[in-house]
Amino acid sequence: MIFDQKPVMVQVAGKTLHNPSFATLFFDVAIDFHPGQFIMVWLPGVDEKPYTISYHAPKQFGITIEAKGRFSNQAVTLSPGDQVGIRGPFGNGFDIIPSPHVAVVAGGCGMAPLAPLVERLDPNLFFVHGARTKNFILYHRRFAVQRHFTTDDGSLGHKGFVTDLLAAEIERRTDQAQPQFDMVYACGPEMMMHAVFTLCEARGIPCQVSLERYMRCGFGVCGACVCSDQVVCTDGPVFHSDRLGQMADFNRTALLKSGQPVALSAYVSWRCQ
Amino acid sequence: MIEFLGIQLKTPLVLASGILGNNADILSRVHGAGCGLVTMKSIGPAPRDGHNNPTVIDLGCGMINAVGLPTPGYDNMDAEWQALADRHFPLNASIYGGSTAEFAEVARFVSDQGPDCIEINISCPNSDLHGMLFGVDEKAAHAVTAAVKQVIDVPLIAKLTPAAPDIGRIAKACEDAGADAICAINTAGPGMVIDIETGRPVLAFQKGGLSGPMIKPIAIRCVYDIFKTVSIPIIGLGGITTGADAVEMFMAGASLVGMGSAVRYRGIQVFDMVHRELVDWLAAHNTTREAVMGAAHHPAGTPAGTITREPVSIEKDHTSQHRKNTP
Repeated sequence: MIFDQKPVMVQVAGKTLHNPSFATLFFDVAIDFHPGQFIMVWLPGVDEKPYTISYHAPKQFGITIEAKGRFSNQAVTLSPGDQVGIRGPFGNGFDIIPSPHVAVVAGGCGMAPLAPLVERLDPNLFFVHGARTKNFILYHRRFAVQRHFTTDDGSLGHKGFVTDLLAAEIERRTDQAQPQFDMVYACGPEMMMHAVFTLCEARGIPCQVSLERYMRCGFGVCGACVCSDQVVCTDGPVFHSDRLGQMADFNRTALLKSGQPVALSAYVSWRCQ
Repeated sequence: MIEFLGIQLKTPLVLASGILGNNADILSRVHGAGCGLVTMKSIGPAPRDGHNNPTVIDLGCGMINAVGLPTPGYDNMDAEWQALADRHFPLNASIYGGSTAEFAEVARFVSDQGPDCIEINISCPNSDLHGMLFGVDEKAAHAVTAAVKQVIDVPLIAKLTPAAPDIGRIAKACEDAGADAICAINTAGPGMVIDIETGRPVLAFQKGGLSGPMIKPIAIRCVYDIFKTVSIPIIGLGGITTGADAVEMFMAGASLVGMGSAVRYRGIQVFDMVHRELVDWLAAHNTTREAVMGAAHHPAGTPAGTITREPVSIEKDHTSQHRKNTP
């Protein structure tokens, strides 16, 4: 079903605590969905925020929340039986390329929108997931496919950046005359997505990244989430590299709640409050 | 090209304030999609976040919103003003204040940034301190219009609320105070939506302005009333989503037609779509936009197909009506 008008109250049916910062809330609700789409989640009396759908089955879906600010710190304390309002799904989602030569690059909770995508891509994909430490790696036993890890502190996998592994794999394919990636999918901190974009552009590889901006309506009228001339909630949140190349605000500028454009770093620190 | 207050517009369509207009790039895109005159999100005297979410909800028959006039503040927008200085499209700058003095303060600064016109938002229902108070009282509407007119160098548009007991009289007060055009209507209501599972109003601000198809008959009536009282041009908006809606609004007396919520239902390309539908309708009826403007006021109630034989002379009819109403 699609619930894109006033919020529909749904009950939390289950909850997984991944670590002290991450929780997934499950709902026994059939919702139309394409990987990369999001819903607006309303906690009455608190606020309403966009969350990607991180689990999807015919009669169930889940959202994964990182406790960061006022809303998310309350959202992770919800228990089965508690009610939240949902609107959606909104946004375009990822273009799924039926090729074994694709890569998925996830940073931190950027894993959430990519997880249902991974489950629909060819199992021969190249899959990298980076996080601050081992404790911040999401969905440890979820995927049947191989996942390469990177951590900032070396507590799991490669110590360094996801782009280190992506760059090495791109080089390896070129050196060994193997088919190059037909598409790279990325979600994570915008700086990371920009690094992936830059790397792919230099090699002529197309990519898709999922952007985040402060949102209000979710359906393309209020303008709160504009990034250059793109409306993130309806034109995105997933953007192809040919579009990203024309978006001067990508990795540079985002609007605060007041509509004031600020440097991305200032926006990120505000969003984490 | 269409001339409006000395500004050349490629289509008679206007982007409503508060819709998308958050940066120069998106305004340019909306213009590229067929919009003649694009309006910036209302600019206020000081930085303001607006309300928490939910702020905008679709109800199918239209929307309810209480975004709450977020603004960086007029003197905190240097980069935006700079980007807009190089624009290749006509720009309407919407402004608001909490007092006549604040309106004038914002207007003076904004006028210096070179918009093609300035729209005073004296009609927003979503703040307890700003907006609508001025739009429901003839004296207040006159005072704020006159104060702004004195300090700006570009045409002045007064945006009105259907909450006014007699919108025609408010429009007349604005015209008398120097307004160059009227824009009507802002959102209707305010209304409220309650979630029955929790018993709570859905919007964080509880109440909000109604827009979209459900308010079109109110907008048509308001523009019809305003057309009777003023001789300045009217931007008619409120629920316009199709070319047929636009024709109806022209017949009520609008010179231009605005759209906002229509973007929800048909996307940004709604401007091109409505323009094409409008042109097709006019061609099929062997008439012109100028000829249908105010047609509903014609005493003969001229059927659409015969309008070209007895064109409504807007200027003449208008002026005589204006005089009739002026002692």
